[in-house]
Amino acid sequence: MRKLLMAAALAVGLGAGMAPWDADARSVRWAASGDPNTMDPHSQNVGTVTMVLQQIYDPLIQRTQELGLAPGLATRWEQVEPNRWRFWLRHGVKFHEGQAFGAEDVVFSITRAQQPTSNYAIYVDTIERTERVEPLVVDIVTRVPDPILPNKIASVFIMSRGWSEQHNATRPQNTRAREEMYTTRNTNGTGAFRLQSREPDVRTVMARNTDWWGWAEPASRESNITEIVYRPISSDATRIAALLSGEVDFVLDPPLQDLNRLRAAPNIKVTEGPEVRTIFLAMDVHRDELLYSDVRGRNPLKDLRVRQALYHAIDIQAIHRTTMRGQSVVTGTFFPSQVNGYSAEEDVRLPYDQARARALLTEAGYPNGFEITLDCPNNRYINDEQICQAVVAMWARVGVRARLNAMPLAPFFAKIQRDDTSVYLLGWGVPTLDALYSFQSLVRSRDGGQGNGIWNYGRYSNARMDQLIDIMTNQSGEARNAAIREALRIYREDVPHIPLHHQMIPWAMRSNFTIPHMANNQPYFRWARMN
Amino acid sequence: MSAAVQRFFGSDLWWSFTRSPITMVSAIVAAICILGALFAPVIAPHNPFDLASLNLSDAFKPPAWHEDGAREYALGTDDQGRDVLSAIMYGARVSLLVGLSATAFATLLGVSLGLLAGYLGGAVDGLLMRICDVQLTFPSILVALLVDGVVRAALPREAHDQIALFVVIFAIGISEWPKFARTVRGSTLVERNKEYVQAARVIGVPRLRIMVSHVLPNVLGPVLVVATLNLGLAILAEATLSFLGVGVPPTQPSLGTLIRIGNDFLFSGEWWITIFPGVALIAMVLSVNLLGDWLRDALNPKLR
Repeated sequence: MRKLLMAAALAVGLGAGMAPWDADARSVRWAASGDPNTMDPHSQNVGTVTMVLQQIYDPLIQRTQELGLAPGLATRWEQVEPNRWRFWLRHGVKFHEGQAFGAEDVVFSITRAQQPTSNYAIYVDTIERTERVEPLVVDIVTRVPDPILPNKIASVFIMSRGWSEQHNATRPQNTRAREEMYTTRNTNGTGAFRLQSREPDVRTVMARNTDWWGWAEPASRESNITEIVYRPISSDATRIAALLSGEVDFVLDPPLQDLNRLRAAPNIKVTEGPEVRTIFLAMDVHRDELLYSDVRGRNPLKDLRVRQALYHAIDIQAIHRTTMRGQSVVTGTFFPSQVNGYSAEEDVRLPYDQARARALLTEAGYPNGFEITLDCPNNRYINDEQICQAVVAMWARVGVRARLNAMPLAPFFAKIQRDDTSVYLLGWGVPTLDALYSFQSLVRSRDGGQGNGIWNYGRYSNARMDQLIDIMTNQSGEARNAAIREALRIYREDVPHIPLHHQMIPWAMRSNFTIPHMANNQPYFRWARMN
Repeated sequence: MSAAVQRFFGSDLWWSFTRSPITMVSAIVAAICILGALFAPVIAPHNPFDLASLNLSDAFKPPAWHEDGAREYALGTDDQGRDVLSAIMYGARVSLLVGLSATAFATLLGVSLGLLAGYLGGAVDGLLMRICDVQLTFPSILVALLVDGVVRAALPREAHDQIALFVVIFAIGISEWPKFARTVRGSTLVERNKEYVQAARVIGVPRLRIMVSHVLPNVLGPVLVVATLNLGLAILAEATLSFLGVGVPPTQPSLGTLIRIGNDFLFSGEWWITIFPGVALIAMVLSVNLLGDWLRDALNPKLR
């Protein structure tokens, strides 16, 4: 009996020791609607994945709070020859599992990001090879002079070569084939936080890496976060209830309908700003017979008039006002004004006009419309499923009977990446802040070139567009700007997508928590502070 | 026919019905729910499934008596501009369909197995009742979730929407059958030793025939009570599954689905999207349950 009592006392004592009111522990509990579908650093170029991975992995060059470039694992870089960039690496950096960081890790990581199963090829498309010059100096040799290489390299995470070889992960996980490998659940970066535990769809815990090289930098010196606990909460009401009750400290994607209430709530603050991300609908303009449709033997979406009709049918102001509650910037193009190459003249929508839409459908030979299936994520973008529901109803009013197939982001991305779709909703952010990134990924023909058409699942292809994109890759100055302008005009006239809006991104948090609001919608906990 | 009607109005059942105001109110409420659901396509003011009739600019309209409300939408509209009243009427159809089908399925399965166990006894009885015992230790919603999860994992995603309704009916039915089996087995054990059964056995009537035409009619009374009470539970189970997002597909919203969708707007002031479907669900389940209670008391001679 006495033994039992002692055991109980011990248990209570231990419990008290681990209690959350420990003075030094600054744990931040963070929630958003979706969970990353992998922990592999080169497998899914998706914001939901990078928002966790960028806490754990460092790139050679990192982003500043204004999205500028700053030294990361490389302390300086220089274009030593037109086709050769040289990077001087940081001394004394160690991976979380103890391996020393060096040039061979950089060579390995960039080569890994170039593999066919990589979803990051867009960032390394111009690279011919990566060479180790000295133990801490690396050269990247490009096929053509690439003036924006540092912008792209800032999105490529560096992993340990030895660790990857040991765990048989020398190429990125193939999510398309629903592959599972060591890197799906395990990480080993050099970043500010290390992955402590991961239960997919339940909880991801990261602990402060006290050895991180960057804690002494001015921006991070004030940060006192020792632990990040990430929990996906897909229900809007539950996520907000958790914030209000103090169960979580930070919500990345508060539902728009609750913003007014959150602003009024004591102990809660909302920070907001525009995101460099555009929501649009992309259409299969390649297949000769549409999938999931009642049209046999032909693909109505190949007909420009049908695409224009679907565009004319959308009452974007109603979506802006009702579905987005004013928290969006309506657009007629596919990247916002913060991106280099933006042109207000080309940012013009086809007007909302149901009669015109019906006339175009009749002209194209579909007076009674047709059936189609819209694939839509339901936990990736702000109000994504509601936008899709609204679009489906708007199309129904001009006679196009769309079936909505809404699903969580993991099956959604797997489905569209197999080209198994006829119309889908996508949101596209531009981390490089240059138009080429959008053009090359979304509307370049998929010809096998690195990064070409890597997210072009409607398989739009236009020879002139491809030429212009090649000019953007190879040339600079006025020739490049002219190419971007012409490409934007073709994009507007060809309607490969139906653009909807740029997202506004409110973040909600407890008032004792501070984190800089980022236009790429990525929280950087290395700059955060909990009081 | 008229004689039968007359006999019904002269019966004890009718007498006890007229003596209980609560039961009469429940019957009226249940009748409104059932008729409203049954005739939804005729009497509902809008068709929430007709996408072409939706207008996003009508979204989030409060109920008609509210100053911003529109007379056209008596109980307001949801986030897509669907009329909440019509959505409830169509949703109640799905809820009732699933509830009735699942109860019918559970009754069929439970009565057959209970009859077999009670009449045959021995090893059959032992085996069937142990299965019952095991299943009764699990909450029925857990069994339904398990069945639903297994079926979804086994079938391709594309097929889910078409068969979702049947999966839900099967999942709820399979989780409720032990109650019926238990009830029927108990009554069968009493009946099988009565003289009329023994007489049938003596003159060589086959066992199956005895079970079906002699025992079965005499054990159905309690089954009726259990089935009525179970109907309410089945409707609730369906609402729970749909609320959790694993029930009927969103293209055929049931009351549970409506409550789940509206739940996202509950805190932001648009309370009517979730409260009214919730009230409808309560009214339906409560009235059916009260009727079941009354039926149990009325059919039980000890309580008269």
